[in-house]
Amino acid sequence: METVTPVLGTGFFTLAWLLVAVPAASAAVLLLVGRAGDRWGHFLGTLAPIASFAIGLCYFVQLLGRDEASRSVSVPLYDWISSGSWNIRVGLQLDQLSIVFVLLITGVGSLIHVYSIGYMAHDPRRRRFFGFLNLFVAAMLLLVLADNYLVLFVGWEGVGLASYLLIGFWQERPSAATAAKKAFVVNRVGDLGMSLAIMLMLAAFSSSSFTDVNEGIAGVSPTLATTLGLLLLLGACGKSAQVPLQSWLLDAMEGPTPVSALIHAATMVTAGVYLVVRSHAIFTAAPAASVAVVVVGTVTLLFGAYIGCSKDDIKKVLAGSTMSQIGYMMLAAGIGPVGYAFAIFHLVTHGFFKANMFLGAGSVMHAMDDDVDMRHYGALARALPITFVTFAAGYLAIIGFPFFAGFYSKDHIIEAAFHASPVAGVCALVGAGVTAFYMTRLMLMTFAGRKRWREGVHPHESPLVMTIPLIILGAASVVGGLLLNGWITEWLNPAVAGEAETEGLVHVTLVGIVTMVVVLAGVGVSFLFFGPQKTVADVQPATRSPFVRAGRRDLYGDAFNEAVFMRPGLRMTNDLLRFDGAVVDGVANGTGTVIHGFSSRLRRVQNGFVRSYALTMTAGAAVVGAIILLGRLG
Amino acid sequence: MTDHYIVLSAILFAIGTIGFMTRRNAIVAFMCVELMLNASNLALVAFSHKNGALDGQIAAFFVMVVAAAEVVVGLAIIVTIFRTRRSASIDDANLLKF
Repeated sequence: METVTPVLGTGFFTLAWLLVAVPAASAAVLLLVGRAGDRWGHFLGTLAPIASFAIGLCYFVQLLGRDEASRSVSVPLYDWISSGSWNIRVGLQLDQLSIVFVLLITGVGSLIHVYSIGYMAHDPRRRRFFGFLNLFVAAMLLLVLADNYLVLFVGWEGVGLASYLLIGFWQERPSAATAAKKAFVVNRVGDLGMSLAIMLMLAAFSSSSFTDVNEGIAGVSPTLATTLGLLLLLGACGKSAQVPLQSWLLDAMEGPTPVSALIHAATMVTAGVYLVVRSHAIFTAAPAASVAVVVVGTVTLLFGAYIGCSKDDIKKVLAGSTMSQIGYMMLAAGIGPVGYAFAIFHLVTHGFFKANMFLGAGSVMHAMDDDVDMRHYGALARALPITFVTFAAGYLAIIGFPFFAGFYSKDHIIEAAFHASPVAGVCALVGAGVTAFYMTRLMLMTFAGRKRWREGVHPHESPLVMTIPLIILGAASVVGGLLLNGWITEWLNPAVAGEAETEGLVHVTLVGIVTMVVVLAGVGVSFLFFGPQKTVADVQPATRSPFVRAGRRDLYGDAFNEAVFMRPGLRMTNDLLRFDGAVVDGVANGTGTVIHGFSSRLRRVQNGFVRSYALTMTAGAAVVGAIILLGRLG
Repeated sequence: MTDHYIVLSAILFAIGTIGFMTRRNAIVAFMCVELMLNASNLALVAFSHKNGALDGQIAAFFVMVVAAAEVVVGLAIIVTIFRTRRSASIDDANLLKF
């Protein structure tokens, strides 16, 4: 199926820039107004994404009312770069894919904003926090609404900046500052791929717009298409924390918990999946790059699941699970036309349940005096009933319990993976079992078992402003899959040239049954080790097992980066420094020394005796005269 | 006829040059400079006479004006140096050097 060419937007659609402008303007106000805005800043900051959500909903209804061929609307704004054969216009593109993202970003984003009012209530810099959150949302909206890669890149970098500011929000902590810097640097590696890809597009197609690239890609050499695909994959790996650029995600937990929810559910890490799905034409033309996407996705989904099993920090377990779930999405996106819609479907349901669980984890931390160690929790189900129930909904959704959100989206991916390659299918299946194991472990250690609370901790349920978003997201985790299952593949297929098939609500297949069995096995194993009757050590037990140690150290991701990139880089820098000191400075300083030596001898001529000057002048005049005379004679 | 003037001019110039290079007294050195200037004036006027053109004479007038101005400034400097250092030897005034 071909991608539909966008139609020109008229009337109401020309105002689509408001979607981005509202949160951007709110961010500017919040960051510039100063202390005067401390009392009302968080309300303005919360209203902005809600307004964007309302506008997005209007567009969604408008698109619903159109027929399939005219659902992709382009909204040109202005000429950005006009020089020679290049003419780059800033424009927005509203189609089935971007409107789903708009609704996810602003919808989940708004709930996270509301939650943050309560979560950050005692932070003296809450206004600034909301300014950064709005910036994040605005940048992400620009990313998904852009109609060409260059404008997308602006949003892409904006997301990187906002994540840096938010991960390092508690800048007084050295660990937070380091984590922010790490996220920024690792993302730059991905951006290298992204910017090279855009330059290649400009060189090959004289344009970076999706339409031109989609049309032109069929006529270029397979090598160029593959290069483009791999470069885009590198960019996607950086933003979506895929192996080998995964190391920043776990450290990013240093930011306030709503930030983690925003990064993991609505913005940032979904950008890589969006990029791959949006560039479907390139990946269709480059089978090798598609295979690379599948490999990256599969490796990451196992990698993240492994890390999730061995962490005691509740947020890091969730971070590992995000890596793993994004791996599923990449896997689906790499499979090709049959997988694109499933990738986005899982992305949306993941947005619901992961935001739900991160906000739930924030609520637990709120109750436990910001303690993140699950070994200090236990028996919280009674103390935090709302948090427990909503968290349980997210938990059932992520492990793929029947009729919960993740059940539909994940099963589709596993099935598609089996069709594409048995190896990827088995890996996805194993990943599902491991996910069930570590998520059950998280639930049991946090909410069940005996109290292992530290002294002076008195858990209490969070205020309404925090629990209402939890309830809404919990409900979405329960019914999200049911509601979207019959509709979203049909909706997305035209936008992504997809061939995904819509399955019924009750869709019994062999793969589905096997998945169920594997998931139940994962849950069972978890109960065996961490069940309510078992004693959980309240400090992390020391271990010799190399597998556990590897997991606790993030599978040596940091050690790998240090050994392969950081140390050789440092050595190269030092060598360059020495070369600069010895050779470059040597040449420059040597020239100076030689000239100085000559001139200090030469200046002795200036001895202060007038008569010696007279002698010199006479001699000089005599020489000049002699030369002239000789010239005449000759 | 002109040759004699030129020869006289050359002799005067040579005396001036040698005097400037050998004498230490500032006033004498100054007079030697004047001698060189006037030797060149003589040569200019002689050539002018020989060529039947006025260019050389005009140049001689310029030289005289410059020489007069130079004497004013030069003598003032010499007198000032003599007042501060009690010496008119040009070898004593050798502070301006490397």
